[in-house]
Amino acid sequence: MSRVGLLRLVVIAIAVGLLELACRTGLIDHRVVIPPSEMADALVRLLISGEANDQIARTFGIVLAAVLIAVVLGFAFGVVIHALPRLRQALEPFFATYYAVPIFIFYPVMIAIFGLSVVPILLMGVATAIVAMIIATLNGLDRIPRVLGKVARVHRMGALSTALLLKLPAAAPHLFTGVKLAVSYGFIAVIASEFILAPAGLGRVISDAYSDFNNPRMYALMLLLVVVATVVNMLLHVFDQRWAERRGIGKP
Amino acid sequence: MIAARRATDTLIILLAIVLAWQGLHQVVGTTALPGPVPTLAYLAKFVPTARFAENAWATLVCFFYALILSYAIGLALGVWMGIHRLSGAVGEPILISLYTLPKITLYPVVLLIFGLSVSGRVTFGAMHGVLPVAILTMNAIRNIPPVYLKAARTLHLSRSQTIFTVLLPATLPEVVAGLRIGFTLTLLGVLLAEMFAAKHGMGFLIINAMQLLQTEEMITVAVVLFAFAAAANALLLWGEHHLHRRV
Amino acid sequence: MTAQDPDRQVHASLSGVTRVYPGAAGHQPVHALGPVDLDLRRGEFFAVVGPSGCGKSTLLEVLAGLQPATAGTVTFEGRPVTGEVPDGIGVVFQEDASFPWLTVWDNTAFGLRRNGLPDTEVRRRVDDALAFMGLKDFARAYPAQLSGGMRQRVCIARTLVLQPRLILLDEPFGALDAQTRLLMGDEVLRLWRRTGATVLLITHALDEAAMLSDRVGAMSARPGRFLDIVETGWPRERDSTIVGEARFGEITGRLWDNLRGESMKSLGYAGMAAE
Repeated sequence: MSRVGLLRLVVIAIAVGLLELACRTGLIDHRVVIPPSEMADALVRLLISGEANDQIARTFGIVLAAVLIAVVLGFAFGVVIHALPRLRQALEPFFATYYAVPIFIFYPVMIAIFGLSVVPILLMGVATAIVAMIIATLNGLDRIPRVLGKVARVHRMGALSTALLLKLPAAAPHLFTGVKLAVSYGFIAVIASEFILAPAGLGRVISDAYSDFNNPRMYALMLLLVVVATVVNMLLHVFDQRWAERRGIGKP
Repeated sequence: MIAARRATDTLIILLAIVLAWQGLHQVVGTTALPGPVPTLAYLAKFVPTARFAENAWATLVCFFYALILSYAIGLALGVWMGIHRLSGAVGEPILISLYTLPKITLYPVVLLIFGLSVSGRVTFGAMHGVLPVAILTMNAIRNIPPVYLKAARTLHLSRSQTIFTVLLPATLPEVVAGLRIGFTLTLLGVLLAEMFAAKHGMGFLIINAMQLLQTEEMITVAVVLFAFAAAANALLLWGEHHLHRRV
Repeated sequence: MTAQDPDRQVHASLSGVTRVYPGAAGHQPVHALGPVDLDLRRGEFFAVVGPSGCGKSTLLEVLAGLQPATAGTVTFEGRPVTGEVPDGIGVVFQEDASFPWLTVWDNTAFGLRRNGLPDTEVRRRVDDALAFMGLKDFARAYPAQLSGGMRQRVCIARTLVLQPRLILLDEPFGALDAQTRLLMGDEVLRLWRRTGATVLLITHALDEAAMLSDRVGAMSARPGRFLDIVETGWPRERDSTIVGEARFGEITGRLWDNLRGESMKSLGYAGMAAE
């Protein structure tokens, strides 16, 4: 572990420690925030009891499905749009403003159309993630050096093997960035939807716990979300760094 | 000529979206999704009302305060972490993790602390906006080509001259990009807060309309917000390109 | 007074100078330069040639006061050079240091504005420098609209207006093709004659060094030390046509004799150097 990494761990540990202290000494009201140790305790007990397990599975399942759909469809759309430059230019303003608009405002519209089920939540997840994947695909395909195509022809490679053996690996780092973003956005979209209004799911359980003044349960699940989100993003980041290092780009 | 063709192409796509909207409306019916024309009619009727104005104002006020907080804290944090290398190295992954975290998970804490008040929504909005501003400002400072600093020394600039006449203009385009993203996310944060638990604001109007099955009002408010966000973003983008043109 | 007069006044000097970069976390310190001894004569054109990574740029930066020497002394006009760049030294860097947010004119005037000169004087010097560098028609353009070579000329103009007595050039023509470099060499000679300044040019191109300078220092692979200092004996009124003279071939040959082995070393051809 590098010196910087160690320092970072210390900073986080101190922050958590201070929070713990503030809660225990009553500086922070117990009805507002419970000490981190109690959060962890509540989480462990909840996981062992298995009460919320189906909700947890449901939410992560929806996130996974949303991300997979967004990545596959996003990639497909990206490839098609890249091949049609005129279409791409026409779509540029939409891509530029897509993430400027809080798409969430259309969530209730989705509910009105599809009813209060898993469908609008899944749609929000896909809708939020897919454009990031499309943009990343377009960038990735842009950055394939033209010389690779010439090398392929010198080696007399067919279209499919050129695409699979040369173009895909060349575009891969950008595609991976798209996947990372899709995961982030999908996660955020699904959780937020479940929070606002949903029949079930982790967000719904947390929101219910809030309404029921059930702080331990609420914080336990919040802790779970924070830990899972952090771990997933960290794994993606580490993977990305290793890969970038091997290819000679990015910091070691 | 090319610009005109591009504009028409984009308009064609816009038209296609509106037609798709109409098509979807015909499939699911008015109770689920009102068509574009009735929505426009409702818009003309609703926007001038006092109720709309009150709620729009409520959102704007929260948004304004949240934006100031986001920008002030974000810039200060970004500048510090950009200049002080160690803090930047230690803090960057923490900021990025927070950035990718669904902050809505922390909203109940905000509610518990602030209740259903304006401060709560402002805080939540600021929580969303502060991160991109900080991260992009920090990167802008780190990405200053070292040769600029060397050149400043050979031109015998004082420390404050270096900061204001070299570092500031050099970082401006990227910082402005951060401010633009911060704008978008702060708005999102405020709206989410209103959608989840509030008695005022545009977000509240949407949820309220949904619960009362007033789909026309629901989609109208959504369209108004869409137009506002898109226009504001286009304006900020234009400003950014204006800066980038020289870089 | 010819360029070869060894009694000419010493303008700047390095005496026993070494530069060691302290190691970053977990890395060894890097002995980049030295020990180096060099006396720059006032008004001379001195080139430093050497393989990549030998410490040529470090030498320039230590001389300019941009980096501290780890050992030894650096003096300019009789006074020691410490943490600041002394007044009277101008530097043109390898990388593009033109400021993209200012026009060519404003870039050139940049250093002057801080000096409290009257506006008329500023305008005179800037217009003069731009005309001399052939940039008069581009005064209102932004660097982003210019080619790499022209941006370097903007940087040179910006240095010129400060009327430096010692001009340091760090591989200013790095990215240009060979023919353009020869022509730019003529430009630098014009500059040198017109300003009467002392010039130190860092380059990796042997022909450039041999053609432009009064003396050439051949530098070893890292840590850089002077292997040889060659007097060229060219007249002051020279230009790129001297590449046709026999003496040019002798000088270049002598430089390559010194540097061939060093270049292979720096490229990692350890075994071949012995052949």
